[in-house]
Amino acid sequence: MPDAPAGTLYRGREGMWSWVAHRVTGFLIFFFLLVHVLDTSLVRVSPEAYNAVIGTYKNPVMGLGEAGLVAAIVFHAFNGIRVMLVDFWSKGPRYQRVMLWVVVGLFVVTMAGFLPRHLMNVFGGH
Amino acid sequence: MAQLATQAPTVSAPRSPRSGRRTTRTNYELYGWVFMRASGVLLLVLIFGHLFMNLIDGDGINAIDFGFVAGKWASPLWQVWDLLMLWLAMIHGTNGVRTIINDYAERTGTRVVLKSALYLSFVVVVVLGTLVIFTFDPCPAGAPADLLPSFCTA
Ligand code: HEM
Ligand code: HEM
Repeated sequence: MPDAPAGTLYRGREGMWSWVAHRVTGFLIFFFLLVHVLDTSLVRVSPEAYNAVIGTYKNPVMGLGEAGLVAAIVFHAFNGIRVMLVDFWSKGPRYQRVMLWVVVGLFVVTMAGFLPRHLMNVFGGH
Repeated sequence: MAQLATQAPTVSAPRSPRSGRRTTRTNYELYGWVFMRASGVLLLVLIFGHLFMNLIDGDGINAIDFGFVAGKWASPLWQVWDLLMLWLAMIHGTNGVRTIINDYAERTGTRVVLKSALYLSFVVVVVLGTLVIFTFDPCPAGAPADLLPSFCTA
């Protein structure tokens, strides 16, 4: 098997890029989850330890990270439903590209609802 | 010339199995495929609910501290919710990352190392997370009362 060329000649269309995005987001969420269960486990150490670590989640840099995490989840979740519709719905494969734009639309709407609320909590100076 | 034109190269019939291919004999990949879809539907509900409670409701992220967690885990609903979320997300995520390793790690040795690390983190995180939910003590002795949920002093 020859190695892939530097760069690539493969120009997949939307279907390929949505697959790449699904893979990248799933991978990122998994590693967040490993860390997340570890930091939550500090409730078994002491209230002080838990509060100290969760306190770092409230600074603006982490706040933006949380926004990114939520964006990753929302895309992965909606696109996951699209993948299932392609697999199980008889007309799914025919509408896979339309459904990707539906996913993008729902993503924009969800984030438009979430972001102002979250950023106000993070930057609102509580 | 005539000979070249009449002698076709021998190729195996279309769709005959690749020779020397190791068959798996089991349906585990199929079960995994089905599980990814079934768990995905449940995870959508569980995670969106989790994010709503913890990032949107009330003061969002600013409300989260030890007392907040104690308040949630005082209810069996959120205990079961988090337990299901923990197990489903970890199995779904571990199976997904296993696929990714199979796709990109071409050397057998690399695959074995990466997958061992993956399965080890699965066991550690699932056992730890489960224990945390079931052994959680909302009112640890000796902790300052202002860090604890109000029902500790009641
Ligand atoms: C920035 C976003 C997030 C915040 C602020 C957050 C916060 C919390 C908090 C405060 C708890 C303690 C218990 C509770 O409130 O139910 C918790 C537990 C948990 N969270 Fe999250 N979470 C976030 C995102 C996620 C995501 C994306 C997942 C899934 C992939 C997740 C999975 C879990 C699990 C499984 C537990 C239980 C942990 C255990 O068993 O010890 N969380 N989270
Ligand atoms: C929010 C609800 C979720 C839905 C609806 C969902 C849906 C799916 C589906 C249907 C697949 C299979 C894709 C395929 O076979 O082509 C998949 C793959 C995957 N998911 Fe999820 N998922 C969700 C949450 C999560 C979470 C919380 C994690 C991480 C802990 C995760 C990590 C992954 C990974 C790593 C893959 C493999 C990607 C690949 O092979 O390219 N997913 N997801």
